[in-house]
Order: sequence, then C-alpha cells, then structure tokens
Amino acid sequence: MVNKVAIVEASQNAGAESKDNFYDQAYRVVKEVLDKAGMVRKDIDTVVSASSDIFHGGISCANAYYWESSAAFLKPGSRQDGESLFALAYASMRIMTGKHDTALVVGLCKGSENPENDTCTHMYTDPFYQRQIGLNETVAAAMQMRLYMERYGVTEEQCAKVAVKNLGNALRNPYAHRKGMYTVDDILNSERVIDPLTTMQIAPKSEGIIALILASEDEAKKLTNKPVWLKGYGSSLDTFNFGDRDLLNGQLKNAASRAYKMAGITNPGKEVDLAEITEPYAFQELLWCEDLGFCAPGEGGKFIDSGVTQRDGALPVNASGGVLANNPYVSRGLQRAVEAFLQIRGEAGEHQVGKKVKTALAHGTHGFAGQCHAVAILGM
Amino acid sequence: MAKEFKTLLNQITLPYELAYGATWTRFFEGMKEKKIYGTKCSKCGRVLVPARTFCPQCFVDADQWLEVSQEGTLLTWSYANYRYFGMPTDPPFISAMILLDGTDVGFLHLVAGFDLDDFDVVRQKVKTGMKVKAVWEDDRKGHIMDISYFEPL
Repeated sequence: MVNKVAIVEASQNAGAESKDNFYDQAYRVVKEVLDKAGMVRKDIDTVVSASSDIFHGGISCANAYYWESSAAFLKPGSRQDGESLFALAYASMRIMTGKHDTALVVGLCKGSENPENDTCTHMYTDPFYQRQIGLNETVAAAMQMRLYMERYGVTEEQCAKVAVKNLGNALRNPYAHRKGMYTVDDILNSERVIDPLTTMQIAPKSEGIIALILASEDEAKKLTNKPVWLKGYGSSLDTFNFGDRDLLNGQLKNAASRAYKMAGITNPGKEVDLAEITEPYAFQELLWCEDLGFCAPGEGGKFIDSGVTQRDGALPVNASGGVLANNPYVSRGLQRAVEAFLQIRGEAGEHQVGKKVKTALAHGTHGFAGQCHAVAILGM
Repeated sequence: MAKEFKTLLNQITLPYELAYGATWTRFFEGMKEKKIYGTKCSKCGRVLVPARTFCPQCFVDADQWLEVSQEGTLLTWSYANYRYFGMPTDPPFISAMILLDGTDVGFLHLVAGFDLDDFDVVRQKVKTGMKVKAVWEDDRKGHIMDISYFEPL
C-alpha cells in the first residue's frame, strides 16, 4: 500500500440487551475508544459510520441518533449502509489521501430493539417477486445449506460442530450474547424451524456498537506502541437475483484474492494465523473457509473434523464465538475486525489464543447466501 | 422487551407507489394467461426468467421474448415451519429454486400439492433434482402467486 493505515484502538459493547438507549450507548462506546487512545473529540479528523437507519434501526435519519454520539458533527464525515467492513475501507482511504491523519469508524446496531432478523431481511427482497413468495435470508441460507450438503457430502453433524465450537468459544468472551457448552445432538435437536437449519445454527440478533480509531503511519506511532496495520482489503458483490447465482460458487473467493494480493499472501492456510469470519448460519463457516482458501473446495466438513479451526488449533476460526454467538447484524463485520485487532495485540483476554497472531483475517458478509463479501487482512 | 427504562413501540407504515416498468408489467400480465415469460440475452444467449430488460452479466439488452416451460427441475429447497412478523406465506411451506426447462437461471417459487404438515412425508416426497410442474390459480391477478405452487410430477 502507498500510505500505511493503522488501527490504534478499538472498543465494543456486549451483545445482550442493555438498559441504554441507542444514543447514549453509542456515546459510551465512542467515549471509551477515545479515552483508551488518550484522545479527545477534536483529535479525530474524519468519521465514517456503518449503520442501517431503516430496517435494522427503525428510528429516523442517521443524524438524529449517531451523528453527535459518534463525535462526528462539524467534521467531514460520511455514513455507509450494507456490509460494515466497507466503512473500514472508506475510512482507510481517507487517511491514504494524506488529507486526514486520524479517522473514527463507528458501527451501530441495537438488535434488541429490532423486529426479528427475518422480518428485516424479508424487506431486502424486491417487492414484486421475491418478497411475495416469502424469501428472506434464513430461507435462502437453508436452500444454500441443502445444496452444500448434497453436492459435497458435508453432513448435518459437521455443520452443527461449528455451533458447538463457536458457542463454546463464546464462554470466554464477556461481550458474547449467546454461549454455552453444547453437543452436536443439542444443536441438531434444537427446533427445526427451517429445514435443514435448526434454531441453534442460526445467529441471534444482538446489540453491537463498534468503534475503531485509525491513523496514518506517523500519527499511529505517536498514539500507540502497538499499531495494527491494514495489510490488505478486498470485496465483491454478486448479482441480486438469488436464482441467477450458483449458491456454492459465490464472490468470497474474489474478495479474498483481492485482499491476499494486496497483503502479499500466497498461501492463506499457512500465512493467516487466525480468522474471524461472519457465519450467521453454522454451515457457512465451512463454506467460507473453503472460499478463503483455508481448505480445498468441498472439504469444509473434513476441515472442522480435523480440529484446525478450534481455539487451540493451527488456524483458529472465530475464537470470539463469531456471529453465532454475537450478531449485531449491521456492525458484525466491523466486530470481526475488532476481534482480529485484539488477538494481534494480545489483548483478547480470556479468549486470547495460545499461538502468536501476527496476521489475522476479518470477514464480513451481507445479503442472501453471501451476496456481498468483504475481507480485511490485519497484521503487526 | 424487559428494558429497565421506558420503551416506545414504534410501528411505521408508509405508502409507496412502485413502477413495475414495461418488462415486468408484460411478465406479470402473462401470468394472467397462465404463461411464464423469459427473455434471452442478445449476447450470451442465456434465457432469463422472470423476464429482464437486460442481462446483468453481459450488460446488453435481453429483448427476445419467449414463453418458457412450466415444468422444470428442483435445484434446491427449504422447508419452513415458523412465523415471523410480515411473513406473506402461511407455514409450513417449501421454498424452492427451480430450473424451468430451456432456461438458464433458477426460478423461485413454492413446492406443494401434498400434505406439508408431516415433515417425514415431505422428506420422502421432495428430492433435489425431481421434476415439478406449475399449478395455477383459477382467479389470476397478474401476480407471482397466480402460480399456486409447483407440484411434483
């Protein structure tokens, strides 16, 4: 990259329902990140927020709730809808221009206040055709899961193992919303709401205000002795029309290859030390691991069986518990970046992995069956 | 919600008037006559259904209209037996992606025409790759649900 960009500090809140309103909650998280960085509001040059004012917010214009509470007024700020990792990229680009030395990225979601995720994602469909036949993200994911199992022979048990791993990992994460020691049978015997998916293979709806402070190279070195650098980034969007896509040959491969190229990664399975990926449905972690090049196509089931992605494995995936444990729908991609950042800094607390993390991957996805993907590579 | 402080139940209803446009007007009007229309891309030759104004891949007009088959192959499906606010379809239902014969993209609709209440029956009956056929409503309104569902052949 031409001009380097670092993440110098990050903060988040817990996924369970809080007593705060949206406005106060956003203020507290943003105040916390500034305090941790030893900064005040005027030290922030620009702000990019990731939010969804309509379906996942239901309040009013972004400015009403987020603008003041994210320290953004009187600043050259902007806001972004859709996959929240895009906001990280946009803020980084602002710093790369050389016009800004610091940027604040704020992801905003208060899931406890919202209708069910399926009610919101049902509204993502076009109103003429797909909405009338009851399509939503979970219906789409269930169709993708069946195709995945039937084409590659991945089993329901292997898919359920993702939930066992991630909800178990979440026991060590104080921010996680859903957590517990479960067996594969517990997961498969949970309510079969939309076959082949059972309730515990579907992410909850959680709260998640996420704040990250980015800085230029010179500024980062003044602000911290542990900067975490953005090494690479890539994204790709598939066609909207759900029926036009091969659900097992999506755009994550393209997003990842763009990010790997920028970061100079040629063998992701060896060079990435840890990954935080967005798996709102358990089986998607397996499919995304294939698309990220961690294992061969169709081998996602065997990959989880091997234990490589466990917290103490060679390539821990979702040591935080991932999105199955904590699903602030709008800000979940940025939350993956925060978790990757914490692991590189060695500041993930109880869920810090044992191995040294020099390079970590954060992944976000938005839309039905992975219509849109974004991948960020962070490193020391 | 068990909030410590007061909450406001806020339900918003707003009227919008959305244009179908020429292509989708023709497609949905065709449903009244029990016809499923697709359009063919002038470059890649793919038959797209429902009909489109342009091919999203080639980004050229898809202006050759054709009536497509009402039979096809089940590409994948899911069995929904739950409710959420705003749901337009009564559970249980089977969401299906169907490759209509002679077309090149999945057509989204429902599979039904047998007892859906017993999931074991459903699993016996519904198989990816099976042939299905459109079943029409008697009273058709130019709506995607003018097709009641697709039934196994």
